[in-house]
Amino acid sequence: MTLPLVQRSAADLADALASGETTSVELTQAFLDRIAALDGQVHAFLHVDAEGALAAARASDERRAAGTLASPLDGVPVAVKDVLATQGLPTTCGSRILEDWVPPYDATVVRRLREAGLPILGKTNMDEFAMGSSTEHSAYGPTHNPWDLERTPGGSGGGSAAAVTAFMTPLAIGTDTGGSIRQPGAVTGTVGVKPTYGGISRYGLVAMASSLDQAGPVTRSVRDAALLHEVVGGHDPLDSTSIDQPVPPVVEAALQGMNGDLAGLRVGVVEELFGEGYQAGVRRRFEEAVELLVSAGAEVVQVSCPSFVHALAAYYLIMPSEASSNLARFDAMRYGLRVLPEGVESPSAEDVMRATRDAGFGEEVKRRVVLGTYALSSGYYDAYYGQAQKVRTLISRDFAAAFETADVLVSPTAPTTAFRLGEKLDDPLAMYLNDIATIPANLAGVPGMSVPVGVTEEDGLPVGLQVLAPALGDDRLYRVGAALESLLERQWGGPLVDMSRLDEELVR
Amino acid sequence: MSEDGGVVITRDELRHLADLARIDLDDAELDRLAPQLSVILESVASIGAAAADDIPPTSHPLPVVNVFRDDVVTTSLTAEQALSGAPLVEEQRFAVPRILGDEQ
Repeated sequence: MTLPLVQRSAADLADALASGETTSVELTQAFLDRIAALDGQVHAFLHVDAEGALAAARASDERRAAGTLASPLDGVPVAVKDVLATQGLPTTCGSRILEDWVPPYDATVVRRLREAGLPILGKTNMDEFAMGSSTEHSAYGPTHNPWDLERTPGGSGGGSAAAVTAFMTPLAIGTDTGGSIRQPGAVTGTVGVKPTYGGISRYGLVAMASSLDQAGPVTRSVRDAALLHEVVGGHDPLDSTSIDQPVPPVVEAALQGMNGDLAGLRVGVVEELFGEGYQAGVRRRFEEAVELLVSAGAEVVQVSCPSFVHALAAYYLIMPSEASSNLARFDAMRYGLRVLPEGVESPSAEDVMRATRDAGFGEEVKRRVVLGTYALSSGYYDAYYGQAQKVRTLISRDFAAAFETADVLVSPTAPTTAFRLGEKLDDPLAMYLNDIATIPANLAGVPGMSVPVGVTEEDGLPVGLQVLAPALGDDRLYRVGAALESLLERQWGGPLVDMSRLDEELVR
Repeated sequence: MSEDGGVVITRDELRHLADLARIDLDDAELDRLAPQLSVILESVASIGAAAADDIPPTSHPLPVVNVFRDDVVTTSLTAEQALSGAPLVEEQRFAVPRILGDEQ
């Protein structure tokens, strides 16, 4: 039986294009049709660019006819998180303050997608300025989890994850500051990769926390993630923190991993990222997946990273500090919203800035900007920001020690399965705890991947396993992720995300 | 600090912080955010004892170095493109509210 086009992997779609079974225009139209039919319920997209996507698809089909393909994914559509600048296409970051902003330039990631011939279907929903773990902090309304529309798809990149899950796009780009690619991946049963810091250019990525932000692939298979990683990764002179080295051999590693053989690989289970606070079904699926790694030949060891218990505290000081500084650019002067204060005659630029930021920022953004202002203010700087920076050193040292005894580390990606919309909205701390396992990687700059490992008995919702590797060891994630995926798919009889598993409202 | 060692952000302190951050907060927002910030700060208070004095700070995951490029002119945004998102434009410039008068 042949799967309908929209349900196939990007790698299979590339094959279908190569064999002449379909064209990029037909393919792009199929995804646009599905978005039109379903996105009223999912709300994964903030903007859909049918015209631009179809024009890019036509150009791809012409290249194919001329034998001048731009990349292995030429003609395969992609969706982009609304935090990356797209020339001529709105970029709101999920915020009112950028409601009508149309960037005059492309982010490097976007430019590389275009140059590689991937039609851009649209921009995906997100927590405002990527601040959140549920996509409920979007100023334009939440995204719904395609497994159960009453639940969140995680965040901040819930739009990208939901779009991929609901077969509205085969590929998407996300960004991950504390888990915003990996945690949505876990709770939607998809694959999400945060590459090594500096592995993918941040030029044109609207900054939340510059020392933590990293873009990466969001897909339904490990191999697809690797293919997308190769398209957007690599050195960029426009980003001074971009690593001037070749992209690790991620596609090769994924193909190698697909044979399911991990003989000789040392896998470390991080004691501090497991146990208390993790849902029973999450623990069970994780333990089974670790057993599967053993059966594939891996040697599993326990590792301890004692400083990880302070990672959340360090993150919630460093991230708001950087965010409060980065978001100072939204001053109502050069772009974005400008609101004049009511009842003030001849308001000053500062009056206008205050009124604009009140009207244009949502509550979570205000919380974090004020928190960062506090942590950086004179008298508190050493006690908060300075101390958090020291913890960051300790976390990096813990990683270094752990990677002496293990080639990769593993943990559950998120402590629970997808939670209900509204459940944690008024409790910032409960929301922050969703990223407890993903944050250490951002603080140390090491790469991480979430790969689906099944659904729980208690709620039938997906669980993700996180793989972590040393800086520049991204290829290890792909080898382990692909091995685990292929072993699990042999048990399941196919990928975890299947049309029959989606919310019944979406099955058509 | 409160008597039990927790950090409490009062309404007035929050108003001051919001002022530093250039955000007007109304009364309802002050009432809601002040206790939330206190809870968040209490949850990060453990950071104080988490690292010894001799631990060096890390500001960035990779060593940050100055990056230079050859001094050659490359294409950049046109004035029209640069002004395309401006709230108000006058004579090919960003038009802004008065910048003098507050405490200057």
